[in-house]
Amino acid sequence: MSDFFDAGIILAAWPMLWRGLLTTLALSALVVPLGLAAGFGLALLSTSRSRAVRWGVIGWTDLFRAFPPLVLLILLYGGLPFAGLELGGVACMAIAFFLNTGSYYSEVIRAGMESVPPGQSEAARSLGLGTWQTLRTIVLPQALRRVLPDLVSNTLEVVKLTSLASVVAVPELLYQARQAQSLTYNPSPIFAAAVLYAVALWPFVKILRRLEQRAAPSR
Amino acid sequence: MTTTTRVAPLIDARGLHKHFGPLHVLKGVDLMVAPRELVVVIGPSGSGKSTLLRCLNLLETPDSGSVVVDGIDLMDPRTDINLARQRIGMVFQSFNLYPTMSALGNVTLALRHVAGKSAAEADVLGMAALARVGLADRAGHRPHQLSGGQQQRVAIARAVALEPRAMLFDEPTSSLDPELVGSVLAVMRELRADGMTMVVVSHEMGFARAAADRVVFMEDGAIVEQGPPDAIFGDATHSRTRAFVGQIRA
Ligand SMILES: Nc1ncnc2c1ncn2[C@@H]1O[C@H](COP(=O)(O)OP(=O)(O)O)[C@@H](O)[C@H]1O
Ligand SMILES: [Mg+2]
Repeated sequence: MSDFFDAGIILAAWPMLWRGLLTTLALSALVVPLGLAAGFGLALLSTSRSRAVRWGVIGWTDLFRAFPPLVLLILLYGGLPFAGLELGGVACMAIAFFLNTGSYYSEVIRAGMESVPPGQSEAARSLGLGTWQTLRTIVLPQALRRVLPDLVSNTLEVVKLTSLASVVAVPELLYQARQAQSLTYNPSPIFAAAVLYAVALWPFVKILRRLEQRAAPSR
Repeated sequence: MTTTTRVAPLIDARGLHKHFGPLHVLKGVDLMVAPRELVVVIGPSGSGKSTLLRCLNLLETPDSGSVVVDGIDLMDPRTDINLARQRIGMVFQSFNLYPTMSALGNVTLALRHVAGKSAAEADVLGMAALARVGLADRAGHRPHQLSGGQQQRVAIARAVALEPRAMLFDEPTSSLDPELVGSVLAVMRELRADGMTMVVVSHEMGFARAAADRVVFMEDGAIVEQGPPDAIFGDATHSRTRAFVGQIRA
């Protein structure tokens, strides 16, 4: 038990863990907006008048939701060099998350848009608002309000998934903890990392719970 | 034939056909509405009344036929449909107010985003429109804080604020409790008195008798008969019209 929580080792590993935590935050600040951007783009494309575009969006989102993100990441990191394209771990993370989490965000946003009664856009269109104006001023605000808990929940998942970056040598929290573990032959840094993840995400879980409670009565 | 000079119709829809898949919903409908005229459209559920109305501002695109409103050919691909729609207000059975905005916010949205007014100008015009429907004191209320009748009046103010040349009403009082119907009809009567050109789908016979210039009876995607309210409600030519009028009177 004392092996599992060796305060001395954790203290010695602390600078590494701290840098890892900051890297995890920076990585999240990169991949969350990317995923959201892809999600919005796909959701908007899914309202296209062209059937080919709508089917394309469905095919795309289904493909990347079926594809395990870890496999996608390793494929990009280890497979692309054989195609003559060598990308760093961060770039591979950015691409993989753009594809994978973008598809999840897209489904959430699309569900929100579909939950807005068609009469809302019809009223706006009948007043002379254009397609894009109607989306921006009427549909999206109502859609996002309805799916805010799902968006937050999805974002939590994305932040947790940034630990995948440890397999492509991005020095984020899990990677640093494993480095410290192999240097010290002691699992305490991993334990410390687990605590850090939980402490960092706890407030967001609390916020999520409040959002869900607020949303519940109107459902 | 009257001897008055013929004025060009404000709404001139001809030969409208509309299919929804295999369903032939409009089977060659002509509807001309003169400036300042109020036309009430009646007919059984599913006869195509809403579809006809929605073709008049191209919320539904007719498969064939022409729609000209205030001299603008809506079916012409070069027509800016958003610009044209500013001239044709529409009021829906289910109000369709924006739930997250105040009454004033509902009324000013299109003034700001479509008519290009500044926020201050839009507020002034919006308050005037709300005053016109008797709801200036409810400007800050959200739709869910208003009665159905008040919500529908806000919806009318929202359309009227853009100063349209014509207004389309699709069963504006059908989802209201009976005691709230009067307030909405009163606002519509005032609009009429101010000279608004109106097409109203409604089975409020009292309103039609008092306010309509013409009643149009639709059945199965076609206009069966039309004429002054007294003729349609009194002694219609067609037995189908008489049967339907008998039903709504009962
Ligand atoms: N968007 C639509 N898609 C498919 N069928 C429709 C659509 N809108 C209306 N219909 C059908 O067209 C017919 C006429 O509808 P509508 O114009 O709403 O009639 P009314 O307003 O007279 O009750 C009905 O059978 C209705 O089910
Ligand atoms: Mg209808």
